This record gives sequence, C-alpha cells and structure tokens, in this order.
Amino acid sequence: MSQDPSSALPITVRNVTKTYGAVHALDDVSLDVKSGEFLTLLGPSGSGKTTLLMVLAGFTRPDTGSLKFGEAEMIRTAPHLRDVGMVFQNYALFPHMTVAGNVGYPLRLRRVPKAEAAERVERALDTVQLGGYGERRIDQLSGGQKQRVALARSIVFEPRILLMDEPLSALDKKLRDRMQIELRHLHEKLGMTTVYVTHDQREALTMSDRIAVVNHGRIMQLATPQQLYDYPANRFVADFIGDSTFVPVTRSGDEVIYGDRPLAYTGALPDAASLVLMVRPERLRIAAQGGAEGANLFEGTASEVVYQGDSYLMYARLADGSEISLRGTIRGGTVANLPKAGDPVTLALDAADTVLIDGGET
Amino acid sequence: MAMVESNAEGLRRDGRLERLRLFGLSSPALLMVLVILVIPVGWLFYVSFIGADGQFSLENYERMIKRKSYARIFMTTFQVSLLTTGLCIVIGYPLAYFLSQLPNRLANLLMITVLLPFWTSLLVRTYAWLVLLQKKGLVNDWAISLGLWDEPIKIVHNMTGTLIGMVHIMLPFLILPVYSAMKAIDKDYLKAASNLGASPRRAFWTVFFPLSTPGLFAGSLMVFVLCLGFFVTPAVLGGGKVIMVSMKIVSNIELFVNWGAASALGVVLLVITMAILWIASRFVNLAAMTGGGH
Repeated sequence: MSQDPSSALPITVRNVTKTYGAVHALDDVSLDVKSGEFLTLLGPSGSGKTTLLMVLAGFTRPDTGSLKFGEAEMIRTAPHLRDVGMVFQNYALFPHMTVAGNVGYPLRLRRVPKAEAAERVERALDTVQLGGYGERRIDQLSGGQKQRVALARSIVFEPRILLMDEPLSALDKKLRDRMQIELRHLHEKLGMTTVYVTHDQREALTMSDRIAVVNHGRIMQLATPQQLYDYPANRFVADFIGDSTFVPVTRSGDEVIYGDRPLAYTGALPDAASLVLMVRPERLRIAAQGGAEGANLFEGTASEVVYQGDSYLMYARLADGSEISLRGTIRGGTVANLPKAGDPVTLALDAADTVLIDGGET
Repeated sequence: MAMVESNAEGLRRDGRLERLRLFGLSSPALLMVLVILVIPVGWLFYVSFIGADGQFSLENYERMIKRKSYARIFMTTFQVSLLTTGLCIVIGYPLAYFLSQLPNRLANLLMITVLLPFWTSLLVRTYAWLVLLQKKGLVNDWAISLGLWDEPIKIVHNMTGTLIGMVHIMLPFLILPVYSAMKAIDKDYLKAASNLGASPRRAFWTVFFPLSTPGLFAGSLMVFVLCLGFFVTPAVLGGGKVIMVSMKIVSNIELFVNWGAASALGVVLLVITMAILWIASRFVNLAAMTGGGH
C-alpha cells in the first residue's frame, strides 16, 4: 500500500472564481498545495471551502481560473478522468454492494485482474484496520467503520491526490479524536497530497501540515497550525481559531500604547494604522504580588469565575471597559485561592505572548 | 409491602383495560373487513364449489382443466399482462428517469401530464382510444398523410389496440413508484462513482440502475397484477379477439347465468394473484435487505 512520496502530485490553483448569482462562492482563489502535503481548508459554513474542494474534484465548474495537478491542466477534465480519491461527508458507500464490492469498485472500473483486485481490496481494508470485513453489508457497519471503508475505497486505486470533505463530522467526539490521529498516520504512510475540508479548528490544528483559513470565498491566511494560532494575520483568523478576546490599543510609530503605558512585545507589527491586542485566555495569568518581570500588566475586575474541571475560566472587565477571559489549569489549592466575582485582579501577559494584529475588519 | 402489591394489581388491571379499550376502538375496522372482504370472498369460494344441480361439486374446476378454451383464456391473460408490463417498463422507466433528473418545480409540472390521464375516467380514455385508432380515425389519417403507410391498417379491435390502451392506462402505476425510488437515490452516490473513475454510463448501470430496481420491481408488480383482472379496456379495444379471464367471468354470468363457473374463475384468478404477490414479496424483501431505495 505504501507509496513513494515522490509520486504524489502538487496542486496549483490559480485565480479560480465561482459566482452563484451575486454571491462569490470563490473569489479569485490561488493556492499551492505541495507534493505530499496535508493541507486543510478551514472555514465557517458557506465560506467556500467545500466549493473549492468540489472544484478540485471536478464536481463544480468554476467561472474562470486554472487548476493543475503536477504539470497537467485539469480545470476542464471530467471528474471520472481526474484520478483523485475522495472521501465524502456522508461516505456515499453504495448500499447495494458489500464492503469488498465498494472497495473493489474503482479497481473493477480500471479492469484490474480479479485475483490482484481481491488482494488489493484486502490490503486496503487492512490499512484501515477492517481486515476480514469484506463480506459485510454496508448497513451492518457502525459510523466509524463506514468512514474507514470510504477511506479504503478512496485509496485502493492509489490516487496521487486525496480529497476529504468533513469526513469525521458524523462521528462522536471520542472516535473523531482517534480517527484524527489515525488519518494523520495514514497520510504519513501513504504520502499522497491531501486536501482536507473541515469547520472544526481543533481538527485542523491536529492534523494539518498547513491550514488555509477560508472566508467569503477567499483565503484569509495560509500557514502552519502554529503560525496560524500564534500569529493570525487578521481579526477573522484570530477570532475563528482558538478563543480570543481583543483589547483596543493605539499605535504611535513602533510604540503600542494601552491606557497610558507602552506594551512590551517581541513580534513584528502588522502594516496597519489601527491595531488591536489579541489575548488568548490560556496565555494570560493572574499576576503574583509585586508583578512579573517584563510582562504587560492589566488591571481590572473579575466579573465571573467558572469551574470547568480540568481548568477554570475567569472573565474580567478591564479599566477601559473591554472584556477579556483567562483560562488556568487547576491543581490542588487552586480553587480555594481563585478571586471571586467583583474582586480586583491584575492580569499578566508575557511580551512573547503579546500579539498585535490589524484592527480593521476583513 | 402491602402497598406495593396492591399497586401491582391495579396496574395489571389498567393494562388489561387499556388493551380492551384499544380492541374496542379497532372493532369497526375489523367489522368492515369482515363485511366487505371476508364474507364476499368466502361466499365466492362457496359458490364456486356448487354444481348446476345445486349440490357440492368440483365440476366448475374440472371444466377449466378439460376445456382447451379456458387454457387459452389464461394464456391470453398472462400474455397481455406480461406484454403490457414490459411495454410500461420500456416507456415508463426512461420517462421516470427524465423526470427525476429535472429540477423539482419542472418535474412537478410535468408530473401533472402523467397524473391527469390517471385521474380521468377509465371508460373515457378507453373510448377515446377507440375513436383515435379506428380505420378512419386520427392515427390512420395522420399516418397516411405523413406517408407512414398507404392503406388504413387495423390497429384496434385486436391485440395491438388492447395493448395501446392498457399501456396508456397502466403507465402511471409504473412511473410513480419508479420516480419515487429514483428521487430517493442520493446524488452523492453518483458523484462517488464518478470520482472513483466511472463514466456517466458506467455510473448509471453500476449504481443508479441497481438502486432504482426496488421501485421498478414494485411498479412492474402493480401493473402486472392489475392487468390480470382488467376488463374494460380489453373488452372495448380487443373487439372480442382478446379474451381475458375477467371477460369470461362476465360472459359466464351474463350469457350463461352460471354463477358457479364464474366464481371458480374468480377463485383461480385470486389464488394466482396471491401466489404471485407472495413469491414477489420475498424478492421485495430481498431488495430492501440489500439496501436499495425505499
């Protein structure tokens, strides 16, 4: 089953536009997916991420643009000639065929000799840990098993590109968490260029080499999960990925001022006149007596403290009126010492965690 | 403890009362079935075993086996039913497919063209065909002026006319179940087939068609069973040349006033129909088990 990663194909998308009436489902999208990369299209529903995937698969015909798999132009190629694997959101397993019938379907179409096909079907089922399930009927499978069969069916003909449309969204949380890791391992093993669509930011962060955040038919940011989380390019990305609150600040040259004090920061400032400070709740902490060395301090009043088992969440109102939240882990004694609603609190944010982003709406 | 036991008895009584009350509510329906189904059919069976002398006898059934004409009538009945079903499939399946692929609003509009004749009186439609198909009728006139044939040809008062009329009347019974089975096929199945490398033609034959067969099977069965007992259309358009079981039943009563013979024919037709439905129901279950359609 394992493939030479060099046989994977890069995907080049150039200036693809698709409009439905006045709505831009895709607005001049360009994207490079590297050979063998696991790239996730992440966005809210209606953002255009699925439309982009359907353009890659050939089920949606864009108005303009170019799409290349490797060197070959594909934009006008019929879907059945594209030779890409795809896992559908609802799996789309054929109910009138057995598991082996489903997995062997692409091989029958390619006229693979029967004995070889049977062997490849069994290997594909082994790969997704469903060895021996070949004779089962589709309605005898659980959701997780259907998901695996759909995956086996999409890799059995060894496509060099694999597309996945929210394949885990129908599974319960525990199974989803496990499948994320499994899909990741499978990708490392098979090495095919993978484009994955999801609206679940945690899933995207867990699995991807790179993530393209999509909104209003455009790519808002394309970066590694860590870059995306730590240095979002704009307010939409900062808001969509992780929990964040925003505190208004003023810019004067290279100096960023909150209240009457300049803020210490380590990263580069974005090229924008108006900035906001992005605060991740887990990066903020309650300042010890006497303050912390080199950290930015914020004074405010605790407005609510919520116990959540492994952590607590504290909402606080700052002097300028903005609301921020703070998440802290709970150890023995933490709960007893937590501030109560109405208590004055001083919150500290390290210079390295002080991220300033373009305050303009996108 | 005593409290608990008395409750248990009360609950049991409540349960019994509820079952009784439910039975009471369904009794009108049971009575209806008894009066309009069980008693008449029982009477039919009874009469079929009464001979000309008013005594119990198997003569009505013996006659059916001995006389060649009866065998011919049953043959004709099956022939007409099979041919009608076959023609309905050939015409109805592509039509249902066409309708199922249209946008909903257009499909609903066109569905009226299927349903309108369905809602029109059977007699009216049959006589309309008689007018259209006769020697000096519209069909012959047009065909001759278009040069399709030179002389008026006989397309009514024979098998051809019977089949034209029957197919026209039976078509909705095939189209409706096939259409609904096709509408229930998730479009993602075809996308998946295409993604896996199937040309549109392969995708149709390997995925769409197998998933539509439960509807096709149900529709065909309905048409076939309805055809077996059909009377008006073969009687009017067959011109006495196409004699089906139902027509023989009528002539037994109207011409020969032989209720026993007519009843025996009715019983045989009923038994054959039930047998076909029973055999078919096993296949229908099988189809449902393999997951196709609804």
